[in-house]
Amino acid sequence: MRGTFTSLAVGLVLAAAPALGAQALTAPKTVEAGSPFSIESSGSGQATLYIVGMGGVVTRDVQLGSPISIPEGAVFNAGHYIAYLSTAPSDVASFDVVPAKVADISFLARPSRLPVGRRNGITGAVYLFDAYKNLATKSTPVNFDISTPNTAQEKRSAQTRNGAAWIALDSSPKEGAAHFVASAGGVSAVRVIQQVPGDPCAIKMSAKPDGKKIALETEPVRDCSGNAVPDGTIVTFTQNYHGAQSTVDVPLKRGVAKVEMPAIPGANITVASGVVLGNEIHWGK
Amino acid sequence: MLAITLAAATVAFVVIGTLWPVKAAEFYLGRQHLIRSNGTPEAALQNLGDELKSASWTQAYDSLANKTSFTDTDFLHDLVGAYPNLRTYSKLERFEFHPLHQTDSDAEFLVKLHWATVVGDAVSTRKVHMVKGNNGWQVEWPLTKEPTLPPQVIPVNYLRWDVIYRGAGDEWGTADVDAPHVKIVDMHPVQRAEGMVIMGELLNEDVVPAYVSVTATVMNKNQKPIATEGSFDKISHLLLPKAITPFLIKFPEVKLSQVASVDMHPFSQLVPASADPVIEIQNEKLNPAPNASLTGEVVNQSGQIANIAHVLGTFYDQSGNLVWVADQYVDRALLPQTPVPFTIHIPEDLARKISSQRTVVSTYSIGGAA
Repeated sequence: MRGTFTSLAVGLVLAAAPALGAQALTAPKTVEAGSPFSIESSGSGQATLYIVGMGGVVTRDVQLGSPISIPEGAVFNAGHYIAYLSTAPSDVASFDVVPAKVADISFLARPSRLPVGRRNGITGAVYLFDAYKNLATKSTPVNFDISTPNTAQEKRSAQTRNGAAWIALDSSPKEGAAHFVASAGGVSAVRVIQQVPGDPCAIKMSAKPDGKKIALETEPVRDCSGNAVPDGTIVTFTQNYHGAQSTVDVPLKRGVAKVEMPAIPGANITVASGVVLGNEIHWGK
Repeated sequence: MLAITLAAATVAFVVIGTLWPVKAAEFYLGRQHLIRSNGTPEAALQNLGDELKSASWTQAYDSLANKTSFTDTDFLHDLVGAYPNLRTYSKLERFEFHPLHQTDSDAEFLVKLHWATVVGDAVSTRKVHMVKGNNGWQVEWPLTKEPTLPPQVIPVNYLRWDVIYRGAGDEWGTADVDAPHVKIVDMHPVQRAEGMVIMGELLNEDVVPAYVSVTATVMNKNQKPIATEGSFDKISHLLLPKAITPFLIKFPEVKLSQVASVDMHPFSQLVPASADPVIEIQNEKLNPAPNASLTGEVVNQSGQIANIAHVLGTFYDQSGNLVWVADQYVDRALLPQTPVPFTIHIPEDLARKISSQRTVVSTYSIGGAA
């Protein structure tokens, strides 16, 4: 598509401009995006300079025989460019605009939330861009730091290939919001990964009489790494008695689940959360 | 000539019918009920049914033999509830009755009221006593007085989750909050007379609440899709962390023998939610055939009134395999600490296989979060 556009522009220039004699342009081989540069021209008289490349055309009225200055920010999209004079359209100078230094990081960190202790559970992908949003394709070292409160900071580095670098990391055994930082070329980006407790490891409840009812309460519910299972997690109490059943789904509050159920002699009471079963209590005779 | 005569006759009949409509026609238009004599208990009951169908509450109340025992407001609350509930937005569709016994002076009937609600037919059954007085037969309405709540303050401090999603102005590469992780922990297709059914259980294994649904695509042996259906309301859509819901998907046009594979798609979305209200399910009993059912009571342990409650039962055989999923909407608002009964009907042919069950309740509060 870009090639077609360039060919079309060249064709138009060729058709529009009469050949006026030996005039030539000399452009640098590569130019950093957005930086000023100059193109040498030979011959005499006035002409219009066309610079055709990625995303558009730059035109300048120039005096031939002297260097043509292209100011900062005039040519900034990375890619292959060609330059012509209106008076000598067949004399084409070409050059490449390469990305400037890294000025921006796009950092995709996944997932935003995961259980603790998950091997290679966190992935970070980085894309480096210059100030003009050109993908910085030059191989660049990227540092990845991840830190969770009360745990050691983990540092890794990776080299970009074609402007991108990525890593995979284990989630920490401790719950908490991990600050995941990617930095390269003096710029950095931060993402927050919420590391949450896993499934309850063991649920233990106790029962005590409370009038005609039994007060049931779990011990603080924790996962297998010792993290407190978050409040709001559903704990199911089930009471089976004489062929009947009562069930209550209770959310954890301050780490424990509490409920009152009718005190029925001979009842078996169980507790569970998700697919994890806790202890069983046989009440009375 | 014939055409002109027919047209003139049609116009004449329309005018006559509009100006002097017959009572039966007015009844079908819903303007008034068809008055029958109260000479038989059946006619008196039918009159009451017609009055309830046309929402003529005052007329229905006035026709009762025991109206001095309660007020017309009590009667109305008994029929449609004092607090907004499923019945508030329903209409009596059918009024059936069956005689239980009858003498010259009194009779007893079993009355079934079929209410057309937004979630289908809701049936309530009453045993109605009738007496013969000077004005013929009259109904003694078996009033169930709805409990009223004494004014009070009930502190509630259960959790609530709110969500901040990424904004339109966020840079490219900024991650949004992930959807909750949900998992199908059980799935079982069966062939029933009404078509193929896929049932199962879905677990929210995350630490955040999830709005969930399940769709399934059944495929033939050439891996070509036959049909795609969703769980619709046969699921508890709001799952708090570590909560499990049953689901049931019906394929009325599909036979199990046609199906070579099933593609299941659990869907989850992070939504703001509240852990309140907490609902206890008490005195659950599996009642064997005939009329196999799961009965019990739901009790709202919180202070917030739950206007509509949906009870879903998951039934297992002795080995713990899933046998059936059934549900019932409770057509009364759940007031704090007030038990409301429910009955979930179980297909007779499956009842003998069932040895245990698990019940979940989802509630909807009008003007508040679910």
